[in-house]
Amino acid sequence: MPAEIVLQAFRFGFLILLWLFVFAAFRVVRADLFGGRAGRVASVPPRAAAARKRGGRGPRHLVVTAGPLSGTRITLGEQAILIGRADDSTLVLTDDFASSRHARLTNRGGQWYVEDLGSTNGTYLDQQRVQGPLLVAPGQPIRIGQTVLELRS
Amino acid sequence: MAAPVNGPGTDPRAAIAPGTAIPTRRGTELLLLGFAVLITLAAHLIIDITVTGSPGTELVTFGIWFSALWVVAHVVVRRFAPYADPLLLPCVAVLSGLGLSMIHRLDIAGTQLGGSSSASVDAPVQLVWATVGLVLFIAVLVIVRDHRALARFAYTLALIGLVLLALPAVLPNSEINGAKLWIRFGGFSIQPGEFAKICLIVFFAAYLVDKRDVLALASRRVLRLELPRGRDLGPVLLAWVASILVLVFERDLGSSLLLFGIFVVMLYVATERASWLVIGLLLFAGGAFVAYQLFSHVRVRVDTWLDPFAYADTGGYQVVQSLFSLGTGGLFGAGLGGGRPDQVPVAKSDFIAAAIGEELGLFGLVAMIVIYLVLVERGLRTSLVVRDGFGKLLAAGLAFSLAWQVFVVLGGVTGLLPLTGLTTPFLAYGGSSLVANFGLVALLVRISDAARRPAATAATTPPRLTDAPTEVVQP
Repeated sequence: MPAEIVLQAFRFGFLILLWLFVFAAFRVVRADLFGGRAGRVASVPPRAAAARKRGGRGPRHLVVTAGPLSGTRITLGEQAILIGRADDSTLVLTDDFASSRHARLTNRGGQWYVEDLGSTNGTYLDQQRVQGPLLVAPGQPIRIGQTVLELRS
Repeated sequence: MAAPVNGPGTDPRAAIAPGTAIPTRRGTELLLLGFAVLITLAAHLIIDITVTGSPGTELVTFGIWFSALWVVAHVVVRRFAPYADPLLLPCVAVLSGLGLSMIHRLDIAGTQLGGSSSASVDAPVQLVWATVGLVLFIAVLVIVRDHRALARFAYTLALIGLVLLALPAVLPNSEINGAKLWIRFGGFSIQPGEFAKICLIVFFAAYLVDKRDVLALASRRVLRLELPRGRDLGPVLLAWVASILVLVFERDLGSSLLLFGIFVVMLYVATERASWLVIGLLLFAGGAFVAYQLFSHVRVRVDTWLDPFAYADTGGYQVVQSLFSLGTGGLFGAGLGGGRPDQVPVAKSDFIAAAIGEELGLFGLVAMIVIYLVLVERGLRTSLVVRDGFGKLLAAGLAFSLAWQVFVVLGGVTGLLPLTGLTTPFLAYGGSSLVANFGLVALLVRISDAARRPAATAATTPPRLTDAPTEVVQP
């Protein structure tokens, strides 16, 4: 059997080693929390940024420009607009290519962002598939299945 | 601790600037994995020197094999899930390393000191199981390239899960220590419930994402709780009946509590209604009370839980030994190799936490719990960051199942809850549990990869709408 002093060194040394691992893990967690956040709004496409400079007070209407509901006009308020086949959506689509909860338009500080709610066939802003929330400029087409929507001021 | 942790100011968006790579944090993972292997080897060395006076002969083989496991896991993650969370794998490595060391220590106690536990040498077997677990880990990462694909097999997985869950109740010869949880083939036995757990979590996630809008409807408010409509109680009642059946036919409080707890919490996460938690708790309390009145095996468990020392020679022997073991350990423990953890029955599997508590003390046991906590935190963090609802629910369910299982097991070992047949994930001796939990971590790694992967790389070339292949899927 080894000397008592060696055993004591092992006993406390191992506990210190274990806790050093815990603190190393905590440092990674901390860096993840404070060193930059994931899940921010995706970068704004250049066309939208240019359009934002031109548009003065922000869009007032959501207009359907193509598809079965063509011509429908929704006046925008503060509330989010839910688009999908579900009965309680703001804009109820009757389109086999749309999901029941397809996409959402939200107002943040006077600007509208489109978000895909995990739809099967996707939402497209211009020709880019919407992954995270994207800023929508007036006149930019949002395509959901056979329906095309546009913000108008 | 020279882990190259990203300091403040490393904004992921800044890193997306042209010319610079996005930080994947794989280097951090490799360093922490090295640290975990170091801890494991140190534990082995300390045990060998303390108990026998010289390093064991198999230390080198063990060291090479164990390191190789994690190098392979790291390379596979680097290749197939480059943006995965850097902490998941190191936490698993340190927990399974600690478990292997304790099993090795109990092996020595069994053969040398002539302890009460069987004199079998189990550490190499457990290492083989860890290797099998790694194979499953790799298989899951390679086959499941996108976790959302799993949602399509939700009902198939539910069927597989239910069959696996029901199998031990139907098959003869499945009883070990009073609980019918095992299937035996020839030489070895597996615990299908561990795999059923994962299948059912995937199903719950897919099902709840689909139905959560209905389940979130409230009909009336009672005592500041928004109660759901009566007809929406169906799914929770079904889960409740299934868990009660498990309790009755497999005589295992652990699996029953685990499954029902996971379902109720996932229901809560999906609907954001606290009333589901209350309903679930009341249902389970009612069911448990009736089971206590009707079935003697449930009554024995509860009675020994309420007063283990009154049954110290019969049913309460395990818990009493475990409490003595924890008491002997005290704050700093007896030192690795310095205690007599083999005095506790089945110390390698059900009571490994008591063995760790005796040799590493409260500080060691708390460190272990904190490592579990970090693992669960990374899972829940993944759930917050990932972009789709199914992934969110799946990650939350998997992370919660780990936390819940650790809570139920440690509750049993410390006398807080009635004793259950669950195993401590990654630590305890037992092939099925280890392999299944490797699969669970593989799913978490897959989802965390999807969560942390910057959207910019996923959509470098936005498909032209007219060229894009249209998948006609009826939602």
